[in-house]
Amino acid sequence: MKMTGSEILLESLKKEGVKHLFGYPGGVVLNIFDLLHDEKELQLILTRHEQGAVHAADGYARATGKAGVALVTSGPGATNTVTGIATAAMDSIPLVVITGQVPTMLIGNDAFQEADIVGITRPCTKYNFLVKNVSDLALTIKEAFHIANTGRPGPVLIDLPKDVTTSKAEFHWPDHVKIRSYNPTYEGNKYMITQAAHMIAKAKKPLIIAGGGVISSDAAKELREFAEITGVPVTMTMMGLGGFPGSHKLSLGMLGMHGTYYANKAVQDSDLLIAIGMRFDDRVTGKIDAFAPNAKIIHIDIDPTSIRKNVRVDLPIVGDVKRVLTVMNKVIHDEVKEPWAEVRKAWTKQLDAWKKEHPMDYDRDADVIKPQYVIEKIHELTKGDAIIATEVGQNQMWAAQFYKYDKPRTWLSSGGLGTMGYGLPAAIGAQLAYPNKLVIDIAGDGSIQMNIQELATAVINKLPVKVAILNNRFLGMVRQWQELFFQERYSHTKLDETVPDFVKIAEAYSAVGLRATKKSEVVPVLKEAFAIKRPVFMDFVIDWTEKVYPMVPAGAAIDQMLFREQEVKKPEKKLKAVK
Amino acid sequence: MRHTISVLVENKFGVLSRISGLFSGRGYNIESLSVGETIDPNISTMTIVTSGDDWIVEQINKQLNKLIDVIKVVDMTELDHVEREMVMIKVSPRQEDKAEVLRLAEIFRGRIVDSSPKTYTIEVTGNEKKIEAFVELLRPMGIKEFVRTGKIAIAREGVKKP
Repeated sequence: MKMTGSEILLESLKKEGVKHLFGYPGGVVLNIFDLLHDEKELQLILTRHEQGAVHAADGYARATGKAGVALVTSGPGATNTVTGIATAAMDSIPLVVITGQVPTMLIGNDAFQEADIVGITRPCTKYNFLVKNVSDLALTIKEAFHIANTGRPGPVLIDLPKDVTTSKAEFHWPDHVKIRSYNPTYEGNKYMITQAAHMIAKAKKPLIIAGGGVISSDAAKELREFAEITGVPVTMTMMGLGGFPGSHKLSLGMLGMHGTYYANKAVQDSDLLIAIGMRFDDRVTGKIDAFAPNAKIIHIDIDPTSIRKNVRVDLPIVGDVKRVLTVMNKVIHDEVKEPWAEVRKAWTKQLDAWKKEHPMDYDRDADVIKPQYVIEKIHELTKGDAIIATEVGQNQMWAAQFYKYDKPRTWLSSGGLGTMGYGLPAAIGAQLAYPNKLVIDIAGDGSIQMNIQELATAVINKLPVKVAILNNRFLGMVRQWQELFFQERYSHTKLDETVPDFVKIAEAYSAVGLRATKKSEVVPVLKEAFAIKRPVFMDFVIDWTEKVYPMVPAGAAIDQMLFREQEVKKPEKKLKAVK
Repeated sequence: MRHTISVLVENKFGVLSRISGLFSGRGYNIESLSVGETIDPNISTMTIVTSGDDWIVEQINKQLNKLIDVIKVVDMTELDHVEREMVMIKVSPRQEDKAEVLRLAEIFRGRIVDSSPKTYTIEVTGNEKKIEAFVELLRPMGIKEFVRTGKIAIAREGVKKP
């Protein structure tokens, strides 16, 4: 039976197991939206901005592991997706973004709402398609999901001209897809894995650095087993949080620019780094020439380009993290007999000493609301069982430092691109996937305003996301850099009285708004918010002077850290500068 | 160091832009690029001349391989191979130089592909050194127009550098 392109699209999405998509209508996608009007199996969530739709699909994907889907119109609809696509590309998140396009005969004519979105997104997608013939549509969708979900995952865009959505073709859904030029390597080289196992056995100061690849390959269990049988401590990149339990005794927390003292010290002192599903981002390595000077490096990653891109690697293993670790654990179990525990006693002792020297801490006795206190209380009250999304900046770093992520896919944060405005829509996506889970967006007063309109999406779809706004009335992270490196010249970072009343905003959107201005109000506000089955904005008026510590200044080695204790006490008047 | 990289790609629209975008986006050089269909019309070969240290060239090779439309990447520099490029040069020599131009063309196994009362157009193929030498010798004779292809390369059969 012949079907229209729009029918083929929806049918194909169903065949792919899609239940939800996020989107926004417009002229050239009217035919598709018309079908969605009576659609029972597919639910489209109308966001209030196309960027929100893509971030929501991204949050959905991070929380579930399945590709998120967004559907938008041509021109501005399409260009509005670019930040969301780039966010997903940098963090290897599977997405399928479907954009409408002007009819094929008008392409290139500067038609109304025409944008060359395939050209625009070429550098920030894993792959993209322009469908010129309706008979190619089903295969294209199959290929798009295949590319997005396999290998190193990533966003794929399908550009769909209006005439393709109306013209007809036979619907043939391919059972499988084979792309001759696309063959990711999944199995790690057994010889290399065995070599690695013996290197680990001999190391005196080994350290695992776990990245987002552990989560995307669903390898948290294998990683835990690997760490436990070898007794090797684990530090995580920001993308790797949740890939290994944050409260595990082998966890050193996050490393890098705002990593823990003990994780960064461990990297610099280690004689063997086992890097798993991570890409040695500059926020992780600090000054590259001074990175891990004493260590040999084993690097496991599915993407060969990640290996030897930024740091020298002594033993590369290209493959899927889960499969490589499964083999590795078996090899270690069967072949390696070294008495690790004995050899590494000194290392464990050293790590403990560093933990004591500079624990993750803040001024717990302060009267004002410290942001870290809010995060700790969120962790305490949720027992670590929530899904946490974040915006970008100080809020994100505090959320990374002071909440212990014990399970994968409970931490949704824009790592590579650092996209402010990511958190609220991402939380909405995750909440849609897990209606009964507590989903919290930890936000700042700056970044929440970047996609604040999505509160309407949460309200109308009864998605009870909670937003904890750490309100310091500044663009805090930039302010922190200005304080430390630009002689406190707060150029364009002081939002001050222009920060809106978030309680009133919440109410205007028919959500709930709560505020805490005193430390004693923090817990009651959190408790009240978590009990409400509706979206809630919590406005925590925090100490604006608080900074994210420890901190590695840009361009320094990662053990050259700044600490809270070194901070010079500010005169009192400065504290009063902000209400 | 200079590398000549041969890339087999799907002959689809946009593939040239994906390759050139990779080079510009990551700050790699393209010194020359030539593209053409293979015997199989679904596949094209691109021959790219680039330069960089071993790290960069390793990344270029890997990044090219990572592109979905790339079927195969061969760094010709690691193999024994033959390279060729072609030039067409229009010269307008003085009367007394005409014989010399023709003689040079003959020495370099060039062909006269067009002539007019005042000009000769000479076609020469060869490796880079040969082309350069030919151009240098013709330069004093008055080069009017000059076009040059990118380099193409093919591996010699069965001989691999140890």
